[in-house]
Amino acid sequence: MSRFLKFTLVAGLTISVTATAVWSGEYGLGRPALPEEVAAWDVNVMPDGRGLPEGSGDVWTGEQVFIENCAVCHGDFAEGVGNWPKLAGGEGTLANEDPLKTVGSYWPHLSTVWDYVNRSMPFGNAQSLSPDDVYAITAYILYSNFLVEDDFVLSHENFAEFEMPNADGFIVDDRAETEYATWHGEPCMENCKDSVEITMRAAVLDVTPEEAGAEAEEAAAPAAEEPPVEVAAAEPETAAAPDPELVAAGEKVFRQCKACHMVGDGAKNRVGPQLNGVMNRAAGAVDGFKYSSALQDMAADGLVWNEENLAAFLADPRGFMNGTRMGFGGLRSDEDIAAITAYLSTFGE
Amino acid sequence: MSEFFKGKSTSRRAFLRGSVAAAAGAVTAGAAKAGPDPLITEVQPWATGLGDGVDATPYGLPIEYESDVVRRNVEWLTADTISSINFTPIHALDGTITPQGCAFERHHSGAIDLKKEDYRLMINGLVDTPLVFTYADLERFPRENHVYFCECAANTGMEWAGAQLNGAQFTHGMIHNMEYTGVPLRTLLEEAGLDVAGDLQDKWVYVEGADASSNGRSIPMGKALGDCLVAFKANGEALRKEHGYPVRLVVPGWEGNMWVKWIRRIEVTNSPVESREETSKYTDTLADGTSRKWTWVMDAKSVVTSPSPQAPITHGKGPLVITGLAWSGHGAITRVDVSKDGGKTWETARLAKEGEAKALTRFYLDTEWNGEEMLLQSRAMDEAGYIQPTKAQLREVRGLNSIYHNNCIQTWWVRPNGEAENVEVS
Repeated sequence: MSRFLKFTLVAGLTISVTATAVWSGEYGLGRPALPEEVAAWDVNVMPDGRGLPEGSGDVWTGEQVFIENCAVCHGDFAEGVGNWPKLAGGEGTLANEDPLKTVGSYWPHLSTVWDYVNRSMPFGNAQSLSPDDVYAITAYILYSNFLVEDDFVLSHENFAEFEMPNADGFIVDDRAETEYATWHGEPCMENCKDSVEITMRAAVLDVTPEEAGAEAEEAAAPAAEEPPVEVAAAEPETAAAPDPELVAAGEKVFRQCKACHMVGDGAKNRVGPQLNGVMNRAAGAVDGFKYSSALQDMAADGLVWNEENLAAFLADPRGFMNGTRMGFGGLRSDEDIAAITAYLSTFGE
Repeated sequence: MSEFFKGKSTSRRAFLRGSVAAAAGAVTAGAAKAGPDPLITEVQPWATGLGDGVDATPYGLPIEYESDVVRRNVEWLTADTISSINFTPIHALDGTITPQGCAFERHHSGAIDLKKEDYRLMINGLVDTPLVFTYADLERFPRENHVYFCECAANTGMEWAGAQLNGAQFTHGMIHNMEYTGVPLRTLLEEAGLDVAGDLQDKWVYVEGADASSNGRSIPMGKALGDCLVAFKANGEALRKEHGYPVRLVVPGWEGNMWVKWIRRIEVTNSPVESREETSKYTDTLADGTSRKWTWVMDAKSVVTSPSPQAPITHGKGPLVITGLAWSGHGAITRVDVSKDGGKTWETARLAKEGEAKALTRFYLDTEWNGEEMLLQSRAMDEAGYIQPTKAQLREVRGLNSIYHNNCIQTWWVRPNGEAENVEVS
């Protein structure tokens, strides 16, 4: 009863408002939107940058904001956690069997990144970031994709200049020419094929949720064991060889580091220095890598990457070295640290 | 057989096993011994006592024996159910209208609670007068009723690389078909006035939702002024929360992602926004690495819903109803052919009624099953003369990475015991 009354009152109010309507609509329903209302909701950004608010953000601020707000799903380096979207990497993979579509490898417009982060992220706390934070996160995502240098600052002024690598990678729907013209006419009804063979069975793959296929039990091949991880070819060293199982485990753990660090034959400096021969070497010794001043200071004080120091650094990078540029949050388990130490010890200079 | 009346099976798997066994029993029972059926000769409790009173369920749900006819999720597909999809149990439905309670859901930031009283719809951009409507305002515009299918662009997407999911619900269940009540989008745009927009040929509308994902899509003005509907009822009742209560956009024949739920804003623009959902998602990558964009229309497609892996044949040989669904975003379905031998020979199925534009069409092939294995396929044709392609034909044009807009011919391998499996054939 009270709801009904409330509704009729609201409707009555609408009628009195429309009586003074000034627009030319046929029905005179609704009311003019106020400028503040349009400003509050109309925040989308166009590819040419129209709609961007004033502001700016640099890569290093972006890294901090990203680690606080985004890394739980997207990883510290925008590499993605589990099934959550990977935002970095995949360059040159679009024609591969399993293309990796990320902001860097796939997205045609930078405006889409800014717009989506601004309106829809972080997941569960959307529209909570300041414009400067959104500029900074966007800059960091570009940096994670090796598209800008670490001193890059993104702002409303230089935004429109930025061209994404895959900007020309899209064509407008051409099915009318490539498909409709062919799949047309009177279809075959008899003797359409000489033979029919089953070439693939869903029950063998067995990825259907439980209860859906009764025959899965008999038909499903046992799930293939994860292929054994190949132990990295250890350099012939004079020291006692580390436990091969630990080395193999360390290779897996090192996947978290691979976005920035290379190790092994032909390793080069990337976001982080290459790590050949790092064990028991003086810190800050890789040629051609620009270390943070924090690391340079500790190196000058004689820091050596022995097991103890490396373990402390990997467990809590910022705690061990205040001001490090290594964005990694740290390894939580002692086993992982032992494994990665064993793995790195197999690579000499 | 009386077991079917007694209660629901504990699991689908147990049900399947039981029903196949029951089928074997039925065949022999029909042939030889046939005593009087106690369900007929003995007085049953339901014929003696009393049933539920009228208010037992103020809003009725299906009887417990149908509790397996529900939406299902495929956990490994997405990182989190908040931003995910589930599937309509099309294998267990008949006719064409999808009940709202089992119609698939797709959310990007979860299904939100939005009261009618709190609902606002803004029209802004290149319009004469930017306007705000309340829910009550929308109900005062002249409204229309139309039945349309809504299919996610990713429906059947997991099958690009090969036969993966064993059930029509999972391979083809990102679709539903409802009768919508709403106001043509054109009416609302004209209420705001399009004079300042000038030439409408190259204009767009950008539509966005009120949820945290603010899912937004750009729609060319021609479509916006065509058959798009701002809908607030489905199948006669309010939209369900999971389908955008209180108001969603209906974009007939076009991919489901454009059917923005909880629609809060419509902006007339002079170019597409190129939002996340129309660039990084819902674009179709071809073999050479270039990608198609603006692939909005859902091409003609069909699937046999029964028999199928979740709906095996349980009655042995003899009369068999093969049935399924067909639809096209280009218009009405004009014909569906069915093959029992993997595409060597085809026979034309019976349409339950004449195809309706951009709505599901039910087809039947009333046939005799000789108890031998079948490779069941269906092939739809629409009023544009388009013929549903095979997976091989699609791959030839698009390669293996396309994911979206997979409208290939589906094959079910039906075994002599009546069970069916999702397979790919040469």
